[in-house]
Amino acid sequence: MTDPLRLPLAGTAFGASPSFIELVRQERPEAFPVLGDAAHIAIPHGTTVLGFKYADGIVMAGDRRATAGNIIADAKMRKVFAADDYSAIAIAGAAGQAVELVKLFQLELEHYEKITGDRLSLDGKANRLAQMIRQNFPLAMQGLVVVPLFGGFDERRDEGRIFYYDATGGRWEEDDFQTTGSGGQPAKNSLKKRWRPGLTRDDALRVAAEALIDAAEDDAATGGPDVARGIWPVMLTVTGRGADDVPDADIRAAVDEVLRDRGPSS
Amino acid sequence: MSFMPYVAPEQLMKDRSDYAHKGIARGRSVIALEYRDGLLLLAENPSATLHKISEVYDRIAFAGVGKYSEFEELRIAGIRLADLRGYQYGREDVKARDLANAYSQALSTIFTQQMKPYEIELLVGEVDGEDDGTSIYHILFDGSVTDEPAYVAMGGHAEELTDALRDRYQAGWDLETAVRTAVQMLATVPEARDVPAAQIEVGVLDRTRDARRAFRRLSKDEVASILAG
Repeated sequence: MTDPLRLPLAGTAFGASPSFIELVRQERPEAFPVLGDAAHIAIPHGTTVLGFKYADGIVMAGDRRATAGNIIADAKMRKVFAADDYSAIAIAGAAGQAVELVKLFQLELEHYEKITGDRLSLDGKANRLAQMIRQNFPLAMQGLVVVPLFGGFDERRDEGRIFYYDATGGRWEEDDFQTTGSGGQPAKNSLKKRWRPGLTRDDALRVAAEALIDAAEDDAATGGPDVARGIWPVMLTVTGRGADDVPDADIRAAVDEVLRDRGPSS
Repeated sequence: MSFMPYVAPEQLMKDRSDYAHKGIARGRSVIALEYRDGLLLLAENPSATLHKISEVYDRIAFAGVGKYSEFEELRIAGIRLADLRGYQYGREDVKARDLANAYSQALSTIFTQQMKPYEIELLVGEVDGEDDGTSIYHILFDGSVTDEPAYVAMGGHAEELTDALRDRYQAGWDLETAVRTAVQMLATVPEARDVPAAQIEVGVLDRTRDARRAFRRLSKDEVASILAG
């Protein structure tokens, strides 16, 4: 896998590998994390992220909390990222490992694009991510589990698509919505009731905010919106026009609406 | 046992140099110039898919003339160097000067140690966020590298084009003026002729772009409408 392809008889290199990860593995193997018994160290974990389809494409959202055991390691962690111009990745699990995975994945897509002059297809990106998670499996066995959601706008099919992964690199495509992380289950229950095909953008942001608030209510490791300090969930949309961060003002409006409808606790 | 007849080093270098010059002179040209918003790279290229101009990193672009397989190899090597460096250190630590030095070393080694020199010339351009922060490095087949002020021409008719640039170039051109003028210049060599818009390849490093990656390739339609307008 790490050797470049060669001509069978002449033995000379054949074709340039467009993979950044293979390049690092060949040239700078020390830059990759090594196996250790990490499970016993309290390391920060990211908690709840979700993704679903709406009328224009997909939306991905995540809370901001990272926990190390019962300590809140970070109240403003970002878990949802644009992978390139037309796709997004959301991560839950061992935070350090997950953020590194996102960085490598972003570089992998950019490197491929620059070497070949073409963007990878959405299926190609989803497959590449599955391979990367599979390569992380030995680390996952040590407790450094990373389980991302991936989604993007498929320019060939002209629609948004969502993919879900497990720690072994298993990959499934979702028709509607998916969540992952410690608060994934309550978030999913919420989406089950609220999600409808063809949501408008405003409704989609509201549904995402509500699912994250539900997750934060039922899961101690998930951080709810912090109105006093102005910490809002991170949301990102991917449509035919590309991947865009949802501005804080829009997220705040969605959160306010959900909280207002709930009213004071009785 | 075979042995090589003695050839004076001067003669050897001259032969190689002549060989590389001839190869490069057969090809078409690339013009690079600074315009109001950044750096314009413009090539005459009959192929729509085999590019001479390419993105290397956030604010760095590459152009090559001569033998495609040779400059393509160096283009890929440059992207690998830049991406590795940006991954190991920081994105802002990737600099055109380092890349130009790496190309210069590689071409110099190839020129002196291999049977056949590479028949190519390369250009590495960079913009930074500041108003006047543009640099253009021009690297020749023997590894010599020059830091060009505001414009450069390389390839088949580099000398005539450089003369034309010296006469006509003005700082502060907008993109349309820069593209049109560069194409007019290309259309004067080797003699006055028409250069179809479909054969013009254009890439820009646009420092006003609201994105990390400053490189943008102009589509054939964009080029055609600029030239028609």
